[in-house]
Amino acid sequence: MLLWIAFSLMTGAAILAVLWPLRTGAAAPAASTAEADLAVYRDQLAEIERDRAAGLIAPAEGEAARTEVARRILRATAERASEGEASGEGRRRRVVAVVALLGVPLLAGGLYLSLGSPLYPPQPLAQRLEAQPNPSDIAILIRKVESHLEANPNDGRGYEVVAPIYARIGRLDDAARAWANAIRLLGPNAQRETGLGEALTAQAGGVVTAEAKAAFEAALAADPQDPKAQYFLGLAAEQDGQKEQAAARWSALVAQSPPDAPWLGLLREALARVGAPVPVAAGPGPGAADMAAAESLTPEQREAMVRGMVERLEARLAQQGDDIEGWLRLMRAWTVLGQQDKAKTAAGQARTHFASDTAALGRIDALARELGLES
Amino acid sequence: MNPEIGHYALVLSLAVAILMTAIPIWGARTGDAALMRVGSTLALVLAGFVGLSFATLVVAYVQSDFSVLNVVENSHSAKPLLYRITGTWGNHEGSMLLWVLVLAIFAALVALFGGNLPARLKANVLGVQGAVAVAFLLFILLTSNPFIRVVPPPAEGQDLNPILQDIGLAIHPPLLYLGYVGFSITFAFAVAALIEGRIDAAWARWVRPWALTAWAFLTLGIAMGSYWAYYELGWGGWWFWDPVENASLMPWFAGTALIHSAVVMEKRDALKVWTVLLAILAFSLSLLGTFLVRSGVLTSVHAFATDPSRGVFILAILVFFIGGSLALYALRAPMLRQGGLFAPVSREGALVLNNLLLTAAAAAVLVGTLYPLALEAYNGAKITVGPPYFNLTVGALMLPVAFAMPFGPLLAWKRGDLAGAAQRLMAAFGAAIVIAALAAYAQGGGPLLAPFGMGLAAFVVIGAVAEVTERAGFGRVPRATAFARLRGLPRSVFGAALAHAGVGVCLFGIIAETSWNAERITGVKVGGRFEVGGYELTLDRLEPRNGPNYRDLAGVFTIRRGGVDIGTIESSKRLFTARNMPTTESGIRTFGFSQLYVSLGDELPGGGVGVRAYWKPYVTLIWIGSIIMALGGALSLSDRRLRVGAPKPAKKPKPAAEPKVVAAE
Repeated sequence: MLLWIAFSLMTGAAILAVLWPLRTGAAAPAASTAEADLAVYRDQLAEIERDRAAGLIAPAEGEAARTEVARRILRATAERASEGEASGEGRRRRVVAVVALLGVPLLAGGLYLSLGSPLYPPQPLAQRLEAQPNPSDIAILIRKVESHLEANPNDGRGYEVVAPIYARIGRLDDAARAWANAIRLLGPNAQRETGLGEALTAQAGGVVTAEAKAAFEAALAADPQDPKAQYFLGLAAEQDGQKEQAAARWSALVAQSPPDAPWLGLLREALARVGAPVPVAAGPGPGAADMAAAESLTPEQREAMVRGMVERLEARLAQQGDDIEGWLRLMRAWTVLGQQDKAKTAAGQARTHFASDTAALGRIDALARELGLES
Repeated sequence: MNPEIGHYALVLSLAVAILMTAIPIWGARTGDAALMRVGSTLALVLAGFVGLSFATLVVAYVQSDFSVLNVVENSHSAKPLLYRITGTWGNHEGSMLLWVLVLAIFAALVALFGGNLPARLKANVLGVQGAVAVAFLLFILLTSNPFIRVVPPPAEGQDLNPILQDIGLAIHPPLLYLGYVGFSITFAFAVAALIEGRIDAAWARWVRPWALTAWAFLTLGIAMGSYWAYYELGWGGWWFWDPVENASLMPWFAGTALIHSAVVMEKRDALKVWTVLLAILAFSLSLLGTFLVRSGVLTSVHAFATDPSRGVFILAILVFFIGGSLALYALRAPMLRQGGLFAPVSREGALVLNNLLLTAAAAAVLVGTLYPLALEAYNGAKITVGPPYFNLTVGALMLPVAFAMPFGPLLAWKRGDLAGAAQRLMAAFGAAIVIAALAAYAQGGGPLLAPFGMGLAAFVVIGAVAEVTERAGFGRVPRATAFARLRGLPRSVFGAALAHAGVGVCLFGIIAETSWNAERITGVKVGGRFEVGGYELTLDRLEPRNGPNYRDLAGVFTIRRGGVDIGTIESSKRLFTARNMPTTESGIRTFGFSQLYVSLGDELPGGGVGVRAYWKPYVTLIWIGSIIMALGGALSLSDRRLRVGAPKPAKKPKPAAEPKVVAAE
């Protein structure tokens, strides 16, 4: 609000700068060109006089200079006589006033609204550092921890706090280094080792490197049940071409996991990839836990997770096909994942289920058209 | 302070500048006094808004407000306060804002102190100045906006180019801009005169203070830039004929010509067409310099960012203002009435010679700067026009300028007596020969240039003194009378003499440094010693030191001359961590007017460190001479004649109190 008041005052000042000199009664006669010239020439004459009196110029020289200046004075005097007064002032001044009154706010306001960010407050660094911890200002949170760690380089808790944040904003180098420091100072545990392994894997573009693998193995040594470590070790086996070993790890993990574990979809997808039997899903759509888990995954992992969820939906619909919303969601999901064929199949299946329901058929056809599944 | 206030102030400045272009010029065309007056208030308001905008940006830098993109890209919270402030204009966007700020300040100064100007001329001047402001404000807002914000704000900035983290950034650009942009006012006067189609001796008097101001600042700006490059780049050179340096030198030559031709115009009503052209050229060359520096055509420490759209925009501004003003010139110049006549040998003639040589020098620099660019644009060939070309052409043109300089002021207006002037310079000439002989003896062989150049420099300095004593009549009239006359001399005479002496001092420094400097490039271990220019240097220790945003390796040397310990000198290599960029902090010790210069190189594999050491005799005279020149300009500016000449418009009748006066008027 204060900002808008300031803008208005500034705009007002600009307009006033035009209106003030225009007000009636302010018109002191302006210096005419000829008068200004005359003032200079008179001064030049006086100067010549002074120089001559002081003996700085010869009398003859001075006389010649005087004559020249005198000629200029005569010319300027003649010009003064011919200078006329302006007319039609009232209309002109009204035009100028209207242009200023409308033009300044329109131009300045319009341009500013397209260029400026009026709702964004200033962010002086000192203020940000002093303010209460603000979860939306991640940069400052990290900076605070960093400056704390610079002063206390042996505070393992600090590294442990900042490492996942680094991972989340994509500073993978820093994340890996922070996890390593946390392990060095606090000793290994499953969470720290998997954190390190995950950061290293993400850094390598999804490849479980030897270093990452060592970290996951250390995690399993600390907690043999750790699901993340098991999953990634399976992935490592798959990437090494040992599909059976991978399948064995993942199947074991499925067996040990609770039925609503968020990683089950991912596992099912992974198992399908290596050609192992996929256990049937139990849970419905993605829960809050799934979404939270999806936040912390790499793009590949996230896509795999989404795929798992879609497959779960498909399996459910194959058993209970009277859920029109479910079918529509499935069509859309396959399209988003780039599986046009599966989407078309889903549309066909849905049409057979709702052959007698014209309203539902209309919706299916409309969506198929929208998604470009007509052929 | 909210950066948005600055952003809005900048946008509002554009609106104000548009009005400032249109209203006063319309008023001048229709003879409407009120409309013409609007120009003055608008000029003040414009300076206020641009100033507010600039101040807001400075505050954002000081407070490290990283929600402003420009601050993120060019600042760092660990930087000392001074460099956080100077960082504001140590980048493209901020420096353009400073450019416009100086432009607006000059317009405001005309509004405030232009009371002696005829209303019509003043209105047109402010209108033209407004038009330049419109162009550059549009440029800033559309291509180089310093107020763009970032969401979310990062916690730290990317730091400023380390070479710019120096006190030099606080001094050099503002001075240079005061000079560069100061010529916008003389340009505005020239275009205003052409619009009116009317120009006379009085015009020259009104223009002269502005030309002098701009010239003095430009002189200082160039000199400070030269000194900065000298100590910061670590190469020991003080002038590189870098295109960016040339870009500032060209308007300086044109401006120097302008302040001299304006004298002729004021005194004799002659050279009008030429003076107007020079006023246009000086600013056109400033604009060209801005284009070369800002467009990314050149890559140098000055090219903060390269962005083709900016280059095209500035080129368009360049074409509009230079082309427009020259077209107007071609249209109107033939209509201007020619003034007084003069013989070739006369004060006027001498000043014409000065003008010819100076503009030829500007042209030589222009060709040398643009030719490689044009060739590259034409067939992609990359050539460099190097110091030999510039030294030869500019040097060859400046030697006659220096030689003729003492003669000019001794010649009379209209028709001068060359033999008489030469006779009066005999003493100076004799002294010059003595100095040349001394120089030849001191160097004992070696380049002929040194004794000749030093004799010439002495001739210029003593000639400048001779001018003043000659005018006062020492030796011709009784001493008391001469002193009385000396006191009566206008300050502009002292100013001119001082500036001319400054040229001589500067020339002396240039000749001495180039002829007699000594250089030593060597590797040295701790405890090792080497010799340069008669001084023995011993590397005492290498020690690491850390600053707020850099790491430093300093080498400390002991200086001995003839076995006597005369102090230490330090040079260091700095690594700025945020940009991972090294700089050299050269060590300089001044002895008299000469300097010992040490610059630390890289660490050598076998331990020890590379060192470049120079002995630079009389090198400081180069910059001292430049400062003397600028002081001469300032002294000339303080001449009362440049302040008087205010017209006394018919007083508004005071109500009631003096009815008789009203009747009389």
